[in-house]
Amino acid sequence: MSDTNNMPLKEPLFSAKNKKLLTDPLGKENPINVQVLGICSVLAITVQLKPSLVMALSVLVVMGTANVVISLLRNTIPPRIRIIVQLTVIASLVILVDQVLRAFLYDVSRQLSVFVGLIITNCIIMGRLEAFAMKSKPWPSFLDGIGNAVGYGWVLLAVAFFRELFGSGTLMGYQVVPNIFYEYGYVNNGLMILPPMALITIGIIIWVQRSRDKSLIDIS
Amino acid sequence: MEELVNIFVKSIFIDNMIFAYFLGMCSYLAVSRTVDTSVGLGFAVIFVLGITVPINYLLEAHILGKGALIWLGPQFADVNLSFLTFIMFIAIIAAMVQLVEMIIEKFSPTLYSSLGIFLPLIAVNCAILGGSLFMQERNFGNISEAISFGLGSGVGWFLAIAGIAAIREKIRYSNVPAPLRGLGITFIITGLMGIAFMSFMGIEL
Repeated sequence: MSDTNNMPLKEPLFSAKNKKLLTDPLGKENPINVQVLGICSVLAITVQLKPSLVMALSVLVVMGTANVVISLLRNTIPPRIRIIVQLTVIASLVILVDQVLRAFLYDVSRQLSVFVGLIITNCIIMGRLEAFAMKSKPWPSFLDGIGNAVGYGWVLLAVAFFRELFGSGTLMGYQVVPNIFYEYGYVNNGLMILPPMALITIGIIIWVQRSRDKSLIDIS
Repeated sequence: MEELVNIFVKSIFIDNMIFAYFLGMCSYLAVSRTVDTSVGLGFAVIFVLGITVPINYLLEAHILGKGALIWLGPQFADVNLSFLTFIMFIAIIAAMVQLVEMIIEKFSPTLYSSLGIFLPLIAVNCAILGGSLFMQERNFGNISEAISFGLGSGVGWFLAIAGIAAIREKIRYSNVPAPLRGLGITFIITGLMGIAFMSFMGIEL
């Protein structure tokens, strides 16, 4: 009962509308490929899969929680200072995530360096708080947050997959390109490790997505 | 002095905010449609970075770092407030942006009307918070190094956005494959510009 208290009883927890909140950000409304939010962190940490996975999970936690908190507070926040309130909520959550990472995953936390802190200014989180959580009930906001974070996560993991596979021949740190390839002269593509290739990889992902779904093509 | 110039040049070309760390990409992609607006935003970023990085440096050196509170008395020598870094930095940035906005509005209405809409946006530009966090990570020795790092990063960001805006204005007349138009081609061009900027790597002054 406690879960359903906040919403009209006639609407089931996973109604069609709520499901749409969860699935739209995966494709049509993807925060990275379509709305162009939160690019900053996607690019810098995608050299390997492991930090990307940690980053995606951190964003998932921060975003789900922040959306619920802001949605609960939405009627008490004065509109003039809402940005500061939102930043404070996000910053507190990010501090928690950062401390947990430092305690349990110290080496990954060193690899992510300042990018954990930069979750605070990740535009996806601010954008969703502003556009959705400020005017919606907690449960839909939670779904919206999770949906967008997963949409962000899959692009992150896709980019990291290609960069690690072609750049170092490994996945999650385990070698996947067999040694016999190297003996016959296969060489890892060092360019994939360098930062500019992340941009080009995303450019190609956007290209593929937009040629499959013509409605996303930019006319301007 | 030499050290300051070195930090300045390095933060413009080698550790460029956009091409090496991808910070501030959101506004970089959203605002770079015309050269005029991107130059305005670029100046605003230089300005805000040049102010917030030194202020956050002082905050780090005298309040947040390990043992930084020693000026209050010897019993504070063990206090380490560094877990408060994120929230203090972002509060300083948000407050400074607000302050800068009010000062510009008062003293230079023409500059204000040209920067107007961009100033509040800068509070959530990752390049600004990123500048402060990198400053913290690099342990600069004194405040003038922090100032030259802040200004240099700002100039680097300015160069990048002015460059991409000029290219985007031209590319509008080119025959780009339809699915790549707009966002896709901008990403790829930024990548190519990044590769060009990598040729500065290893320069020491």
